[in-house]
Formats: sequence, structure tokens, C-alpha cells
Amino acid sequence: MKNIRINIKNFFIRVFNIPFAFLMHAIDIIMWPIQKIVGVRNMPYIFLLPNLFFFGLFVIVPLGVNVAFSVTGGDELLFANREFSGAKHYNYLFDCENYLNANTCTEDFFWRGVHNTIFFVIFQVGLMIFFSLLTAVILNKKIIGRGFFRSVFFFPVLLSPVVVGLIWQWILLKNGILNAFIEANGGDKFSFLTDPGWAMTSSIFVSIWAHMGFYTLIVLAGLQAIPPNLYEAAEMDGTSRERTFFRITLPLLMPNLLVVFILASIKGVQTFDEIYVLTGGGPGTSTSLIVQYIFTTGFASSGSVQNFGLAAAASMVLGVVLLLLTLIQLYLSRSRENKHQEI
Amino acid sequence: MGNTASLIKNIVTQKKYKEKYHWTDYFSYFYLFLGVFLMFGPIIWLGLSSVKTLAGIQEYPPTILPLSQIQVEVDGYEKPLSLYNVTLEDGSTKELAEIKRVGITSKMVDPKDTEKKYKIPIDKREKIREFSVQWDNYLDPLRKYNFLLYFKNSIFVTVIATIITLIINSMAAYALSIYEFRGKNIALVFVIGTLLIPLTIILVPVFYVIANFGMINSLWGVILPGAATPTGVFLLRQYMLTLPRELIEAARMDHASEWAIYWRIVLPLSIPAIAVLAIFSIMWRWNDFLWPLIVLSKSEVYTLQIALNAFHGELTSQWNYVLAMTMVTLLPIALIFTYLQKFITTGIASTGMK
Repeated sequence: MKNIRINIKNFFIRVFNIPFAFLMHAIDIIMWPIQKIVGVRNMPYIFLLPNLFFFGLFVIVPLGVNVAFSVTGGDELLFANREFSGAKHYNYLFDCENYLNANTCTEDFFWRGVHNTIFFVIFQVGLMIFFSLLTAVILNKKIIGRGFFRSVFFFPVLLSPVVVGLIWQWILLKNGILNAFIEANGGDKFSFLTDPGWAMTSSIFVSIWAHMGFYTLIVLAGLQAIPPNLYEAAEMDGTSRERTFFRITLPLLMPNLLVVFILASIKGVQTFDEIYVLTGGGPGTSTSLIVQYIFTTGFASSGSVQNFGLAAAASMVLGVVLLLLTLIQLYLSRSRENKHQEI
Repeated sequence: MGNTASLIKNIVTQKKYKEKYHWTDYFSYFYLFLGVFLMFGPIIWLGLSSVKTLAGIQEYPPTILPLSQIQVEVDGYEKPLSLYNVTLEDGSTKELAEIKRVGITSKMVDPKDTEKKYKIPIDKREKIREFSVQWDNYLDPLRKYNFLLYFKNSIFVTVIATIITLIINSMAAYALSIYEFRGKNIALVFVIGTLLIPLTIILVPVFYVIANFGMINSLWGVILPGAATPTGVFLLRQYMLTLPRELIEAARMDHASEWAIYWRIVLPLSIPAIAVLAIFSIMWRWNDFLWPLIVLSKSEVYTLQIALNAFHGELTSQWNYVLAMTMVTLLPIALIFTYLQKFITTGIASTGMK
């Protein structure tokens, strides 16, 4: 088996080597005179240039442009045709009598998205931590076929959101296999995708199904970093398994669970694609999240015109939320590092 | 006396403890098998459904295997008729073909003796099925609906984007790991900073930039925005930091150009890290959905993911095609996974990225 792998590797190296060397020689024709001109000392700037150019063009510049979009109105994309509108979009988004009730807001679609996202993230992240912890602990045991089970739980992570959405839509349809199974066992059909409450539950379930493997892997890495002599000592003392788990495993795993918590929240707030394919945000607006609001407002409003300004303003709000989550992450990892240094 | 008794009891139970299965062991295996069923079941169900006929797809309750009802040509009828096993009133069974269904009764004919017609209540009959695999579900969309083109578009985006990603990110990582220069820390902070700004919060302005370059409805508009990735720079930089500096010094002594040092020495030595980034990039690009959905609105530039979504929206009743094309979209990633599973999992575990 190992030999086959090495052969495959060698084959790929040989196949790729020729065009690779050709390309590199070609670039050298440009790079050599550049090095002559700027000198060896300044070459790192040249190496950084393409990357920073892309970052600048597609991340840094857009950040500024986003602000500009959010304070100008009109339905044109080019700034020459857009007029300054100040905080109009923000006022419009935040025009609410009661933020807890989307119906009292002018832009109720946005606030439904906010409420749905909060609900979605709370349950998705909570259940995600629980299940990835449970799965990782079980996969860390000395079980038969451990490698196989690990890859089984990891596999859905690689699937595209469209594939995930379609597979589950096919299963959860009114006339899908799950309802057939329930009916065969004497139950009644459920509207998994067309009843507002069930659609949200299905969305949360599908999202956990698709991403759990990733977080399980992080927790598993943490479990494997726990020194085994701690467990040996606990076993010598006759500590029960439950106690070992709550007194050794869980406290030492806390840093990894924090990482899972923060990463899952940051990703959860930005959830869009698999839910969009699964339910389309429906029925009504019951599963439409913030990113779907931005997408629909900016790029896909059928009937009315595309409102880039409003979409940009909503993205700014989302950006602030993500910034807060990231700051929490930085703070937590900083305090963790300090603790490590003290030890 | 009491002490010895408890001591003996302890010894006995301890000995037993090692041989005994704890309840968590039973639970673990139960959980794992449930997990296999939940994680693999949907994909197997997708695979089985994707080779069913349209009639088989629409059947409720569905059959697990791709079984289709046998159709027979009967003289005097234009369309082939469906075959049933019918229990007649006298208790005997017979194979009959259905001409027409009226309410809860059905008009049937004996295919061997076309003169004989029957009226049968529908609960007295059973479909005769055979195992049949409908490969047309795969071939029709490729022939009729341009899926070959979408497949090509997806491959183009994945390959070109991965090449660009590998080159420009490894160049930046090389600069940030091998050299000492003024502004290095600023550049590092800059790269870290971009990690904090996901595409979802700059959709409109990136669209604006792309529009200014005239790349809307062009595959380049999909490829370029994600080409520079902070994850990639970090992954490669961490690896390149471990390379021995003596090699580079020696090459410089031999008057190698900096570019030659980069591609002849540093890149080949960083192949493990580059392979991880390559796999990640392939995965990201193949599965990419939100950004292509915004940039690509003409069907001739659709990638597979966008086409699948649009196709599903247009033809909700054609689940057989949708499912087959879902399989096609899934297969390349599944193949990569089975070959390179170790690479992917260690890559994710070491970077915390996906």
C-alpha cells in the first residue's frame, strides 16, 4: 500500500514538474532584471507584492467602499450615479418600535433574519459543542475500527452546501423516505420543510450534520494532547470513569471547547448556503438568516430593484457582530496563553 | 474481620472491573453505529435514488433499491402497460397489465390473451418489479442540459484558482519566513487582519470591484477575489520557518537568484504544506457557492454548484436528474477524500481551518 502511494506521488511529481519548471523559468526572466534593479535586500517586497495586491484589492479597498455604499442611495452600482444619503440606510434598518418584535420594524425582513440567526446560532452552537465533544470522546476510546469511524464522522464536512441541502431536502420532503419510515411505524407525516417550526429544526439539524466532523476533529486533537499518565494515575486511585471525565478530561479540554465555541459562532452567524438550498429561507421568512437578507437585498430581489446601499449597511452591522466575536476570541486565547506561560 | 471482608470484596470487584464492560462501552458502539447510519445513510440513499426511474422516484412509500415496474407491450395499445400480480375473485393469481385506472378499480387486460378484460379493485393487485439501474439519469443532463460545460467550468475554476493561490501565497510566505526586512511585522498584521474580514461582510464592494474590471459573468470574477488567503500564507509560513537557513545561504553563495532559491529550494522542501493547501483550495473552490451565485448569472458560465441549484429550482419534479447530478458533484470530492484523508484531517487539526 505504501509503495503504491509513493508511486502515485512520484507520478504526480513527474507530471507536474515539466510545466512547473517551465513556468518558473519564464517568471525568472522577469524576476532576474528586477533583482538587478532593486537589489537582494528589497526582494521580499517583490515577493509580497502579488499577495498584498490581492488582499488590498479584494479585502481592504472593499472595506472602505462598503462604508461608501452604505451612506449613498440609488440603485446604480457606479458611484458617479449614487447620491449621498447619510445614515438613511442605518436609520431605516434600525427603525423599530420594539426590537424583539420584527413586525413593529420598518424593515421587518432584516429583523426576522436577525432573530432567526440568533435562535439558529444559540441552538446550533450549543448542540454542536455537545455532539462534537461526545463524538470526540467516543472516537478517542480504544474501539475496533477507530480510523473507519473517524472518517465516517468527518466525511460530510467535505460536501458542498448545495449537495448537503439537496440530499436532505430529498430525505425530508413530504413524500420523502423519513416520512415513509415514520408512517410505516404508525406515525403521521411531518412537514419537515414546510412548517415554520420544523423548517428551523431541520435547518439546525442539517447544519450540525454537515459541520460536526470539523469541530470533532478540533476536540479530538485536544483529547490526544492530554497526558495519558493523568488517566493512569486516576485508574490507580480507582477513580470512576464519570469522575475521571468531569475532573480530568473536561477541565483540560476547556481551551479546545472555547475554540469550538468561538469558531462555530463566527461561522454560524454567517450561515447561508445549505439553508438557502434546503429551505430557500422559507416557509415565509422562517429560516432566512442575516446573510440571506444581504444577498437578497443586494443581488437577488425579484421585482424591486437591487438595493446595494441597504445591503452594504446590513453587512456593516454583521461586520460589527463578527468583530465582537473575534475580539472575544482574541481575549480568550490571550488569557489562555498567559496562563500557559505562568505554568 | 469487617476490614478483611471489604478488602476481599475490593479485590474481587477490581479484578472484575477490568474484564467487565462499562455501560459507556455499550453506549459508544451504539452511538458509533447510529453515527454511521446517520452520516452515510443519506449518501447511500442519494446513490440508490439517483439510478431510479422517474416513476420510481415519485413512488410513495419509496422502495429502498432501484426497482422499477415491468412494462409490457400489448397488441392494440400504443404505450407499454404496467404489469401487476392480481388475485382474482376465485382466489387464483394472474399477471395482468393495466389499461386505465378509474377510482379504486382498474381496467386490466391479460397480455397473453388481449380479448380478456378485467375490472379489479386496486387493493387486490401488486406491482411486479425488477431491479433496474437507470443510467440515463446521468447521461441525459450531460447531453441535454449542458452539464458537461458546467463540469468543465468548475474544473477550470478549481485548477486555475488553486495554481494562483499556491503561487502567490507561497511567495508571500517565503518573503515572511526567510527574509528580515523593514515592515515585515506590518505585513504580518495586515495578513492576520484579512483573516478577520470574511467575504460575507464585503459582498457588495467586492462585487463593485469585480464590476469595474468587467469580470461579472466571467469565471475570472470567481477565481480572483479568493486567490490570496491568509490561511494559506500562515500554513506555508509556519512550515517554511522550520527549513534550514544554511541551504539558502549556500545557494546565495553560488549566485542563485532569489527567485531560483524560492522555486528550486524552498518550494520543493515545503511540499507537505503545499499539498495541504492545495487540497484545501481544491475543496474550497469546488464547493464554493455564495460568491459564484452573485457573480455568475448567465447559464453558460455556471459552475457545477450554481447549475445544480438553478437546475433544481427550474425542474423541481425532475428529482431523478437532480439527484444524479448531485452525485456527479459529490464524487470528485469523495474520491479525493478516500485517497488523501490523512492529509486533510491532519491539515485541519494543525491549522484549525477548513
